[in-house]
Amino acid sequence: MDPKLATIYEAVLEGDMPGAKAGIQAALDAGVAPITILNDGMIAAMAEVGKRFEEGDYYVPEMLISARAMQAGLAILKPHLQSGGDQPAGTVMIGTVKGDLHDIGKNLVALMLEGAGFEVRDLGVDVSADKIVEAIRTGGPDILALSALLTTTMPYMKITIEAIQQAGLRDKVKIMVGGAPVTAEYASQIGADGYSPDASRAVRLAHTLMNA
Amino acid sequence: METTLALNDRTIFIGPQHPFVIIGERINPTRRKKLAESMANGDFSLAQDEACAQVKAGAHVLDVNAGVPGGDEPALLRGATLAVLEVTKAPLCFDSADPDALAAALSVYPGKALINSTTAEGKMMDVIFPLARQHGAAVIGVLTNDKGVPATALERLRTAEHLLKRAGDFGIRVEDILIDPLALVVSADDQAGRITLESIALIHTELGANMCLGASNVSFGLPDRKIVNAAFLALAISRGLTSAITDPTAAEIQTTLQACDLLMGNDSYSMRWIKAFRARQKAAAAA
Repeated sequence: MDPKLATIYEAVLEGDMPGAKAGIQAALDAGVAPITILNDGMIAAMAEVGKRFEEGDYYVPEMLISARAMQAGLAILKPHLQSGGDQPAGTVMIGTVKGDLHDIGKNLVALMLEGAGFEVRDLGVDVSADKIVEAIRTGGPDILALSALLTTTMPYMKITIEAIQQAGLRDKVKIMVGGAPVTAEYASQIGADGYSPDASRAVRLAHTLMNA
Repeated sequence: METTLALNDRTIFIGPQHPFVIIGERINPTRRKKLAESMANGDFSLAQDEACAQVKAGAHVLDVNAGVPGGDEPALLRGATLAVLEVTKAPLCFDSADPDALAAALSVYPGKALINSTTAEGKMMDVIFPLARQHGAAVIGVLTNDKGVPATALERLRTAEHLLKRAGDFGIRVEDILIDPLALVVSADDQAGRITLESIALIHTELGANMCLGASNVSFGLPDRKIVNAAFLALAISRGLTSAITDPTAAEIQTTLQACDLLMGNDSYSMRWIKAFRARQKAAAAA
């Protein structure tokens, strides 16, 4: 790997925000293509962060500071990317269902999807089915990602999907679900298109759904 | 302030002048495939095993959660309750957001149960408090309100005041509410632990209410979680926490809580501490 890209890769992996920013600026000044910086430096590093998290080698705060380094880097890179005309990997709308205030899992998935080049709109926590239907109608995302962390709020995933069905929007959007009590069986029972047990695998699932 | 829970002739006391009360969290199908599958099929033998193991490990009260994906929660919670009642004398805590499931369990329970839980949201209190009143149950009052999680200790105190006042409107006494001061995840916000500890101190001095903390979440996403959980409980107890929903089968937590009872003046002549030590010695020798 180009040493300039390796510096960026290492900085994102280590969650070193100043290092990532300086590395990206240096690479831009040296004429490295912005899209190469994004793909080979930053997205590749976030993929490694996700892999380490999935394998239990990385902990939540390490993922958060890597995502922070990634986002600070993106702010520098974005103006240069737009002139390069890059396309997002897809658009995702994400939220935690009604009655549920848990946001860590949902935020990690959002950060990892952004890190993988998706455009993410975060609807927040305690999001009603009506609000989600409206957001799909007006926003037209490729994918809807739903989170629930409690056995008591998980049934609202089913209610939400039914509402999307009734609004005639079910074939407009792929739906993925996750959260502690959720299982692959439950996901298929309620008519979701996919289930992921963690943020890293959520990225792979989103790619799969985009190509389906 | 003294809160009581009861099952038949067994009464549990919660308060600063009593040993810390442990509510065992393990009868819960979340992330536990075998338990979820067996409960979904109406087989509560694993739930019964969990009940016995937790009481043996030192649980005073048992939390029962029957939220299986796609399951008939009222039937499952009632079934789990009846099964657990067959094997233990510990009072129960019913863990559901579904009023029908709570009613189904409460109606077969002979004693004063604990409802887990209501929030400080108007719509929720209007449903849960009448149910508690009807069945003579105590209630865990979680300090989230219509706007979500109050960010500061002072806002959590105000939310607790509001919740207790509303409970009073339904004829429920302060001692029949256990305030949950909210343990948020420290791996996502490194100030979360401090804010919870400040809230506990404030609620204890200003309201004197008993409190119950879900104490296992705080360490989510970190290594060596049991040590973090045990330290958090010790800090919380020194500020006025009187009960927690946690895993009594974790030795680090159990031992820490026994030491806390001793240091808070709730272990006469240190007898429970010494007995627990001898039991550990004996277990180590047998192993």
